[in-house]
Amino acid sequence: MSWEVIRQALPLFEKAFIVTLRLSAVSVVLATLLGLVLALLREYRVPVLSQISTVFQELFRNTPLLIQLFFLYYGLPSIGVKWSAETCAIVGMSVLGAAYMCGAFEGGFSGIPRVQNESARALGLSPLQMIRHVTLPQGLTRSVPAVAANVIFMVKETSVFTVIAVPELTNTARDLIGMYYRSDEYLLMLVVAYAIVLIPLSIILTLIERRVRRGTFGDD
Amino acid sequence: MAEAEIETTAAGEGEPLLSVRHLRKAYGDHEVLKDVSFDVRRGQVLVLLGPSGSGKSTLIRCLNGLETIQGGEIRFKGELVPNNNEKAWRRLRTQIGMVFQSYDLFPNLTVARNIELGPTKVQKRPKAEVDEQMDRLLADVQLSEYKDAYPRELSGGQKQRIAIVRALAMNPELMLFDEVTASLDPEMVREVLELMLRLARRHMTMIVVTHEMEFARRVADTVMFLENGVILERQSGDEFFTHPATDRARNFLESMSPVGAE
Repeated sequence: MSWEVIRQALPLFEKAFIVTLRLSAVSVVLATLLGLVLALLREYRVPVLSQISTVFQELFRNTPLLIQLFFLYYGLPSIGVKWSAETCAIVGMSVLGAAYMCGAFEGGFSGIPRVQNESARALGLSPLQMIRHVTLPQGLTRSVPAVAANVIFMVKETSVFTVIAVPELTNTARDLIGMYYRSDEYLLMLVVAYAIVLIPLSIILTLIERRVRRGTFGDD
Repeated sequence: MAEAEIETTAAGEGEPLLSVRHLRKAYGDHEVLKDVSFDVRRGQVLVLLGPSGSGKSTLIRCLNGLETIQGGEIRFKGELVPNNNEKAWRRLRTQIGMVFQSYDLFPNLTVARNIELGPTKVQKRPKAEVDEQMDRLLADVQLSEYKDAYPRELSGGQKQRIAIVRALAMNPELMLFDEVTASLDPEMVREVLELMLRLARRHMTMIVVTHEMEFARRVADTVMFLENGVILERQSGDEFFTHPATDRARNFLESMSPVGAE
């Protein structure tokens, strides 16, 4: 183990760290929004669109991200669609994440007692008013633990981007190992880098979880 | 609550407030309501009795469009409600209040926000006016100090009284009560039933599904006895409890009488 090797690789890892963070953040935001829409379509049984939502979810939840990336990066150009590696990474991760997020939100919505919707209807609330005042505040709060687990999962899953040569953390470590044959140092740096992202993230998400419950239901 | 709070016209005059004809409801092949017809006048308190599974809860839920129906017609204030038309029902629900067995209140909103939601968002009334009415209603049920509490801080009986207040804040012309004390601890039942009795005395038009026989006897102008989705009896409350016309109703009343009573 040589500190010199680590010190020299540090700038490259810093760059890769930013790439991982950026791709994670963009994918998580897109996946969450898309997943929420998919879940609402199902919850309110919107004709046609709710079926499309189901197909979408089953399709992307049941295919490996690796294969989805190959398809986007190597397959699509044959029909004239040429996306950069980063675009493919974001698209692939977002649809995969959306499929998982949809499940997380659905779980949250299904925990709302049926009489909640019925008393909202009995008060004359419109579907949009129900979403705004009942489904979202109660459902989102109940979804937070599952959504948080998905966020962690997605950040870790960005390591798969290495297969289409996105210069994120795993890819950078692999390149360095290939060039300099110093796997101990680079793997250590890789593990530490992921831990620096994931441990604080995990703690923050737990705090948010508690905060949100208290804000919604007045819990202690 | 001031006497003028609940506006009702003289009972028994003119057309019925609610009129149901040949109502049919089925889940697949299973018919829950078979050809049910009845009227409710303004100011009338109609109590639905019957063994569990007789269809009384389903019936009351049909009366504000929470259940789809397979046939028949429902008229409210003489106006025919197009069957299973959610939009038409949504408009009428501002005039028909409903309280359920439990978990009515929105746990994510304070008592005040629960009460304000319908009047301000659905009826679009000014918040100041709604709040003034809310303060009067809360004072009337002696729950003013819980205005800013969340439902989880209330007892079951308090929750149900707030649920009733929430419905009243819409100024409904008809109130539906679907076994509102069924899931309460015994010591909470009284405060809720007393509030309902007070409403009845103020000539609120009410349809009540209940298993509380003593309460039913005191509150009912009219009793309808249902079994297997059919109205077996419909008569005045006094008459039903003293001289039930059918064996089925007699057996039912006996089965509901206090243990050990002769």
